[in-house]
Amino acid sequence: MTDWPILSTVTFLPMVGVLLLVFTRDDTDDGRQNVMIISLITTIITFLLSLFVWYGFDGSSADYQMVEQYYWLGKGVSYHIGVDGLSVMFVVLATFLMPFGVLTSWKAITLHAREYMIAFLVLEVLIVGVFVSMDLVLFYVFFEASLIPMFLIIGVWGGPRRIYASMKFFLYTLAGSVFMLVGILVMYAEVGTTSIPVLLAYKFSPEMQFWLFLAFFLSFAVKVPMWPFHTWLPDAHVEAPTAGSVDLAALLLKFGGYGFLRFSLPMFPLASDYFTPMILTLSVIAIIYASLVALMQTDIKKMIAYSSVAHMGYVTMAIFAVNQQGLHGAIFQMLSHGVISGALFLCVGIVYERTHTRNVNDYGGLVHRMPKYALAFLIFTMANVGLPGTSAFVGEFLATVGVFRVSVWTAFFATTGVVLSAAYMLWLYRRMIFGQAKSPLMQGLVDISFREHCIVWPLIVVTIFFGIYPAPVFDASAATVDRIVTNYHSAIEAVATAAQAAK
Amino acid sequence: MIYKLIVFLPLVGFLIAGLFGRQIGAKASEFITCGLMAIVVVLSWIVFFQVALGSQETMSIEVLRWIQSGNIDVFWALRIDTLTAVMFVVVNTVSFLVHAYSIGYMHTDPHRPRFFAYLSLFTFTMLMLITSDNLLQMFFGWEGVGLASYLLIGFWYDRPSANAAAMKAFIVNRVGDFGFMLGIAAVFVMFGSINFETIFANAGTYIPVEGSPDAARVVLNVFGLTLSREGALTAACLLLFMGAMGKSAQFLLHTWLPDAMEGPTPVSALIHAATMVTAGVFLVARMSPLFEHSPDALTVVTIVGAITAFFAATVGLVQNDIKRVIAYSTCSQLGYMFVALGVGAYGAAIFHLFTHAFFKALLFLCAGSVIHAVDGEQDMRKMGGLRKHIPVTFWMMTIGTLALTGVGIPFTPIGFAGFFSKDVIIEAAYASHSAVSGFAFTMLVIAALFTSFYSWRLAFLTFFGKERASHEVMHHVHESPNVMLVPLYVLAIGAVLAGVIFEGYFYGEAYAEFWKGALFTAEHNELLEEFHHVPALVALSPFIAMLIGFVTAWYFYIKSPETPKRLAAAQPGLYKFLLNKWYFDELYDFLFVRSAKALGRFFWQKVDVGTIDHFGPNGVAARVVDTANRVVRLQTGYLYHYAFTMLLGVAALITWMMLGSSV
Repeated sequence: MTDWPILSTVTFLPMVGVLLLVFTRDDTDDGRQNVMIISLITTIITFLLSLFVWYGFDGSSADYQMVEQYYWLGKGVSYHIGVDGLSVMFVVLATFLMPFGVLTSWKAITLHAREYMIAFLVLEVLIVGVFVSMDLVLFYVFFEASLIPMFLIIGVWGGPRRIYASMKFFLYTLAGSVFMLVGILVMYAEVGTTSIPVLLAYKFSPEMQFWLFLAFFLSFAVKVPMWPFHTWLPDAHVEAPTAGSVDLAALLLKFGGYGFLRFSLPMFPLASDYFTPMILTLSVIAIIYASLVALMQTDIKKMIAYSSVAHMGYVTMAIFAVNQQGLHGAIFQMLSHGVISGALFLCVGIVYERTHTRNVNDYGGLVHRMPKYALAFLIFTMANVGLPGTSAFVGEFLATVGVFRVSVWTAFFATTGVVLSAAYMLWLYRRMIFGQAKSPLMQGLVDISFREHCIVWPLIVVTIFFGIYPAPVFDASAATVDRIVTNYHSAIEAVATAAQAAK
Repeated sequence: MIYKLIVFLPLVGFLIAGLFGRQIGAKASEFITCGLMAIVVVLSWIVFFQVALGSQETMSIEVLRWIQSGNIDVFWALRIDTLTAVMFVVVNTVSFLVHAYSIGYMHTDPHRPRFFAYLSLFTFTMLMLITSDNLLQMFFGWEGVGLASYLLIGFWYDRPSANAAAMKAFIVNRVGDFGFMLGIAAVFVMFGSINFETIFANAGTYIPVEGSPDAARVVLNVFGLTLSREGALTAACLLLFMGAMGKSAQFLLHTWLPDAMEGPTPVSALIHAATMVTAGVFLVARMSPLFEHSPDALTVVTIVGAITAFFAATVGLVQNDIKRVIAYSTCSQLGYMFVALGVGAYGAAIFHLFTHAFFKALLFLCAGSVIHAVDGEQDMRKMGGLRKHIPVTFWMMTIGTLALTGVGIPFTPIGFAGFFSKDVIIEAAYASHSAVSGFAFTMLVIAALFTSFYSWRLAFLTFFGKERASHEVMHHVHESPNVMLVPLYVLAIGAVLAGVIFEGYFYGEAYAEFWKGALFTAEHNELLEEFHHVPALVALSPFIAMLIGFVTAWYFYIKSPETPKRLAAAQPGLYKFLLNKWYFDELYDFLFVRSAKALGRFFWQKVDVGTIDHFGPNGVAARVVDTANRVVRLQTGYLYHYAFTMLLGVAALITWMMLGSSV
């Protein structure tokens, strides 16, 4: 199986599903059923195959593995893919979450189900593509192209204000990535290639680093999203259908953090060091600000969206701590947030399908009619709060420790998040689950179905398993993280020594 | 093996009752959880004899890898030493009795499987906390008991007050956890590890001798404040102590505990009296190797403990809800324990924790029995004269009260449990060399007087005097069934004997052989010897305070029941102040709850929508939409427009690449 291009297979397998879907009719109930079954099987097989990637991955090496390279555009740009400790788990996360996206759309999407699922499967290809790219142009193409299906999913299948939301989403992300494109062109002009391993070895001049960092920063900061570039996220989430929200929160947001880890730290260490105080400040603002705003939301999805902003604040803060704990924490937090925020949006989807309201003031007393749902939602609520024993805690703890080592005050303010997150999540839980129903929409609710059990339980198991035994993730990423940290600090030291010698 | 069984059997009980409670039914859930707890109790006492009274060394059993990242190398592990063994006995004994008692107390509740599952979950997480081998696993247990507490306070989720109380408990505890989490991070930065083994081994030599180069080196830099090793150690201890304050409901973070009484009474006995709230005391005792090297941190612990002991006792004087009186009493007694820790008498603190668990659980379960008898009424003004109707409960409650108020004959080894443990603390506070020793001593003696007063007030209001309950209620007042009374007997035995039997071990001649180094005391700490030599008047002071409190209560509530009303009318300001618990809830609501909401609304409406969106995307979007409308009349909308842009972009890029690479 060494010769088999497994990564390309995992990446492009969903296209087979797309091909099948093109020949499927969705104008009858049976047709729609077929569309869903094809999509489900495609995503499940993709996930199972991605497990081989994980299994075959050698965590003790920091190098790219399962590399495939084909010439594409001239000598500098190639179709070049591979995984290292940074990306392998994100590939698995992406393929893992996709089947849930299909399951949650099963009944929710009735109009143009076929096109919806095509967009969805294409999105999967592009997301995985972003994580496996070893070439900047390839990365950029995947990164940008992923906007299109997401834009369609929000703009066509979204809620009443979908046009506004998708427009905002598009404007923000495109505005960010235009600068990245310029950055990429400059790098290409400088080095003559866009191969990431080559660029990683290249030492850019401090001044160049400064500008390139800024160019990439804007793009990633919008994706993360960092304060004050975050306002597209709540709107996009509110309008997006459930599966769209899941992909958005769980995966698209991770592009930003992944980009910082993949490009900003290793390629522009001096600039990263220079901008660290600013990023720590923005992260802390994001945590406190978004938590407070989340507290006052009445739209459940909006609240979870703001909570995502706060949780991603931990990620950016931990990345720029640049030590083992920080990077491990950031990676783990991103993976864990992927699962948990995805699960929360799926949970909202489950009740939205029944009640067609997202206003928390309509809810109440769900525990009476939907006790199983109440349990599942409790577990994810607690996970979002960062309770030890859930995966969220591992990430949050490491992030806090990592940042404490470099900046006590950042850790101090960031840790207020543990109080605030408890406040908004428990308040939400109380208003939704306990008390009495406040709206006629709540009548005749039935507890979660078999299909919904299939959505909820795997996510619960993963959340708790990785909270208790996170070692597989650390095993996969430790070597790569070590290398990033070592190279970063030696780059900074080298400059410091040079400056010393010049005196 | 035996240790793993002790810790994990309650987890098994939780999983069975929690996941399959509906299928197997309430009876089976009760039977399984209680049966497992019975096994655990027996094993715990065996461990107690082996480890605490025997000669087994400290050991650590690894269970599973947890977090490995850089220097952080944490395992799920069980650390077994005397401190753990003592806590095993306390937690599991009370937990088992409460499990059993609940069979009777909850017998009409439709959600019993859930209730018993939560109780077992609580027990499991508490055991994880006390067996922890590192700060992180302790934090797991710490938050786990917080979760169980949240679930159990809010057990009757139909009551809005219960939901509010559960939320409040969790969030206020989180404020403490904020400190705990930072404390862990600080300890890690200082010692490069969060495993007890490493921390304790290096704690003694951490503070450099004066003049050494390390002495001036900056370890932590907080808000421009540079801390040397000594300062950093104090900061870390104080941060950890903040966690302890939250969990143990100390002054300023105490507001959740009285509200937590919304939970079923067995829960109050187990979690909010005997075990969980003492976790803070346990934390400081466990970290004694750190605290002992930081006199400043210990002074803060003493002050907070003394204030809490006094403050909670004053509030307890005037409360009318039977459970709230006991809750404030718990708060106050926890203050005693912290004073003991603060002056360096760790053994005394754990001793009081140990005896307090018995008599306070007894008091709560008796209160539960009373409430059970009078149809769920908790207001003491609607009780009275119950002595003849529920005599067993009355006598058990009296034993609990005697133990709490510390009744005994001075200078003899005759007395109830509290007589030993509380007096030791008061004497140690007096004898210590702490800068605040006088303050602590005074506060504790006054608190002892108040304790005696409110305890007897409770007894008199409930069991003596006129029958103030409605005729209907009085008609079916009944003694509780045996399944509820037997646990009371067992706890009563503890409340009578725990003091006299164990004083020598916990804080007396057998101290060293008993603790075997589980509690650390520095060389200059000779309190164990010194507290025996306090003046006779000091040794007598708690006894005198207790007597005054008793006589006053007797005068106020038996002899002349009009006096308290007249007094309240004469001092309306003071009375209101105490009745409203020093207005802490109102203050916090104003300071934190409302301001957080206002800030949240401001950020959302004025900053997000009003500023960022207004000048950012909406401004730009408006222009784009204008342009789009003008330009793209041909096609339907934004979608194709976008795809087109993309195409152009990619085309431009590729062209550039081709040109670039061919040159």
